[in-house]
Amino acid sequence: MNAQMLIFYLFATILLFAAVRVVTARNPVHSALYLVLSFFTAAALWIMLQAEFLAIVLVLVYVGAVMVLFLFVVMMLDINYDTLREGFWSNLPFALTVAILMAAEMVVVLAGRDFWANGSGSVPTLHGPGYSNTKELGRLIYTEYVYPFEIASVILLVAIVAAIALTLRRRKDTKFQDPAAQIAVRRNDRLRIIPVAADTKLMKKPEDAPQSEQTS
Amino acid sequence: MEFLQSLLGPLWPLVWTLVKIVVIVGPLLLAVAYVTYAERKVIGYMQVRIGPNRVGPLGLLQPIADGVKLMMKEIIIPSGANKKLFLLGPVLAMAPALAAWAVVPFSPELVLANIDASLLYIMAITSMGVYGIVLAGWASNSKYPFLGAMRSAAQIVSYEIAMGFALVGVLMAAQSLNLVEIVNAQKGTTFFSWYWLPLFPMFVVYLVSSVAEINRAPFDVAEGESEIVGFHAEYSGMAFAVFFLAEYANMILVATLSSLLFLGGWLPLFDIAPFNWIPGFFWLMAKICFVLFLFLWFRATFPRYRYDQIMRLGWKVFIPVTLVWLLVVGGMMQTPLGYLFH
Amino acid sequence: MTFPMPNLTPALPEIFVLVMVSLILVIDLFLSAKNRFITYALTQITLLGAAWITVSTHGSAPQYTFSNMFVDDAMSDVLKLMSYIAVSVVLVYSRSYISLRGMFRGEFFALVLFAMLGMMVMISANHFLVLYMGLELLSLSLYAMVALQRDSAISTEAAMKYFVLGALASGLLLYGMSMLYGATGSLNINQVATVIQNTTGNHVVLTFGLVFIVAGLAFKLGVVPFHMWIPDVYQGAPTAVTLFIGSAPKIAAFAFVTRLLVDGLQGLVHDWQGMLVIMAFLSMAIGNITAIAQTNIKRMLAYSTISHMGFMLLGFLSGSLNGYSSSMFYVLVYVLMSLGGFGMVMLMSRKGFEAENLDDFKGLNQRSPWYAFMMLLLMFSMAGIPPTVGFYAKLSVLQAALQAGFIWLVVAAVLFSVIGAFYYLRIIKLMYFDSPVDETPIRPEGDMAMLMSTNGLAVLALGILPQPLMALCAYAIQRSLL
Repeated sequence: MNAQMLIFYLFATILLFAAVRVVTARNPVHSALYLVLSFFTAAALWIMLQAEFLAIVLVLVYVGAVMVLFLFVVMMLDINYDTLREGFWSNLPFALTVAILMAAEMVVVLAGRDFWANGSGSVPTLHGPGYSNTKELGRLIYTEYVYPFEIASVILLVAIVAAIALTLRRRKDTKFQDPAAQIAVRRNDRLRIIPVAADTKLMKKPEDAPQSEQTS
Repeated sequence: MEFLQSLLGPLWPLVWTLVKIVVIVGPLLLAVAYVTYAERKVIGYMQVRIGPNRVGPLGLLQPIADGVKLMMKEIIIPSGANKKLFLLGPVLAMAPALAAWAVVPFSPELVLANIDASLLYIMAITSMGVYGIVLAGWASNSKYPFLGAMRSAAQIVSYEIAMGFALVGVLMAAQSLNLVEIVNAQKGTTFFSWYWLPLFPMFVVYLVSSVAEINRAPFDVAEGESEIVGFHAEYSGMAFAVFFLAEYANMILVATLSSLLFLGGWLPLFDIAPFNWIPGFFWLMAKICFVLFLFLWFRATFPRYRYDQIMRLGWKVFIPVTLVWLLVVGGMMQTPLGYLFH
Repeated sequence: MTFPMPNLTPALPEIFVLVMVSLILVIDLFLSAKNRFITYALTQITLLGAAWITVSTHGSAPQYTFSNMFVDDAMSDVLKLMSYIAVSVVLVYSRSYISLRGMFRGEFFALVLFAMLGMMVMISANHFLVLYMGLELLSLSLYAMVALQRDSAISTEAAMKYFVLGALASGLLLYGMSMLYGATGSLNINQVATVIQNTTGNHVVLTFGLVFIVAGLAFKLGVVPFHMWIPDVYQGAPTAVTLFIGSAPKIAAFAFVTRLLVDGLQGLVHDWQGMLVIMAFLSMAIGNITAIAQTNIKRMLAYSTISHMGFMLLGFLSGSLNGYSSSMFYVLVYVLMSLGGFGMVMLMSRKGFEAENLDDFKGLNQRSPWYAFMMLLLMFSMAGIPPTVGFYAKLSVLQAALQAGFIWLVVAAVLFSVIGAFYYLRIIKLMYFDSPVDETPIRPEGDMAMLMSTNGLAVLALGILPQPLMALCAYAIQRSLL
């Protein structure tokens, strides 16, 4: 086997191991970190398929933002793992039966010769060095697929609106500083200069001191 | 070369790549150590005092002394701390800082991996730097480092967006994600053809956002050494040192990226006779040093931002500015003014 | 790069609604609490404007745009118009209810309009991807609306259930769509239909994908065995949101089923017919039988929804144009009845008091004879008793199924219908023959009172003259499925 197959099997093994550990790890933070590892290796596999834009965006968005937020929540919640797993063994027989039934049916269908008959598995064409996955995707998204793209942006807007509608609470009695107002302060708001006539009378004798004080 | 190639056969690309990596990372780590020295000296002189001058001539061996001290110190692991994650934190902080150097071109030929999506790669890898901080804070099993880590992570994620938009501006101007091509697109006779001029708001936003990304003053409320407990409070010895190495490595990376993207990379100041003779590599080094000096200057001069001010700046000021400037750049490119870009 | 600018005229209603909802979001930021009625007014104006645009851009032949992903045909125009009317009525009914419960916020109206936009996208979709995105847009808005009364634990729980189950169903739907893509090589509904007709697709793969797609569809419609979310969500959500969920999205679900099964997978009709038979039978059975045991009106109406959806499927499984138009008629009639039913529950609710239990309807005739009469008409219609329109809806659907040869299914449907009539008639008995538990007079707001009366009388009027609506449905189906 050549180097490419070796690298593929390496990444695939790590991916499978990490995916299994996501589900079986005891500590939820470990679970989330294994998920990060599986995303990373999945991205590596995609690069091997010449989809480098998708791979890098997977790391950028999923690992860089989504998993960070996952970790925030998992770390801040006091997850008592034992109470979470309480019903596991009593529910297992029923769950296993349903799962095995579904898996068996799917295997019977997928493994039948008819399934793969009409050439539904073809190798994707490998492109030359001038091929830019980013450019091709950009070309398609903004021309043919611009309608679903716009709807996707509306879905993101709904997510923002919903998140704020569900969680924003303003306590009426909290006092907080407004940095924008602090920066917009003018000199005249804080300082007022009052001209005061200078005391021009010179003190001649010590007895004159109270008199000169009255003029200021 | 050919002898070695035939000797190692199929392993040759691997070995050659390892050699290239060592050639990049070795001097980088040395540079990181001496940037700490430069910082103490520069800030010292700005504060009308001399920096370190005891260890070695002019204090030049100071970083070595610091390194030896940190290596000899005991790494204390708090009881109840998750040991594996505690030690993984510094690793995850350092790794992205080093991995991003794989695509940085030092001259049109000197680049480890000249990939077409290098700008995107750098954005992705630097966004992984958050994990080291979050893990460090959580694995310390201590309230204040945890809060500091959450603050820092929120700050980093917020400024990533503004940085991303600034880089999109550069992408639009250069019409390529390849760092080599971005620098080449800035070629012109004078330094007015570099991107700092037509993309000036983007340049400023990128510079400031990257200072915030690497947790440097004046945005270092997460580490705020003098006033507030940061995410690395429980770390000591070499683990602590790795965090700071990561921070300075990130600083150099950001300075390099600013020089490549906005200051013309290896292009000379004026494309005429005496300037042309100096190789591009030295021009790049000069620009990197200039930007690093800017960062040190920031640290010496500005008071620390408060956390809510940092958040407000990232979300309410930088993102609208970059969005608006993206529209302006897009508009400019459709008009005859587009000659500014190519 | 020469790419022609897509023709925006057929999509003008969607563009208008999107622009208006963005404007409403921004304008609402600057309104104080007492000026919030402006948001409400703007929302109604948006619906009115969209209706006007839809009517003026109506053409005789289907118009395709956006790289054949968007279709504007007679069915989409009729369904969109009906959705505008339904959403408008929902807003009028809900206005006083939500202002008494602190839900009268700009986000409520924005989410309603976003859900409306999702429905419009689904109704006009000609591409699997667009169909799915419209579904997600609608679903996300609904999840948020169910949880909008955030201090209520029941609402939050209902929203969580809806969200988790909905996400699972979307996953199943996507899996089925990807299988279909693998078998036919295209996501465009017209092309999929062509490939299936020319039998160049792999039949086993197609059926495999079809199963998952029908599962996803069944969830959205709320038929057995994917009906578990309906009673909990209908009961837990604030009644205004239940009213919304129970009405307009059903129109969109009908369009969803039509576009997928009829437009796209007509070639596989023998495969999905069998599945629909089972689902329809079980829905009518379980829906009607379980509703008998309920004491909570919202839950009872939820189970009756399940049975009504089973009836609607009877029209689909006949596989004929007549059957599809009778299904459409059934859906529109059901929406009318559902608006009235949940509207009555809101009518009788006051601040701090939800008229959720059957006992709250006791003696309604003595408290307010007119509204008791309205409820009588609505209950008769739901039970399928002439001369209300519900009878004609059931009749047309049963006729279509009979013509397709499903005699035993029709007999079973009639049987379950009779069993189901029990709980509708029980309400009527409570209203007319029991003495009231709660003596407070019922004084709804002017616009709600008028609309409720119109709603009830429409049920009767359409029952006496069902031909215009039926002709409209037949026209819509015939003009779009050629």
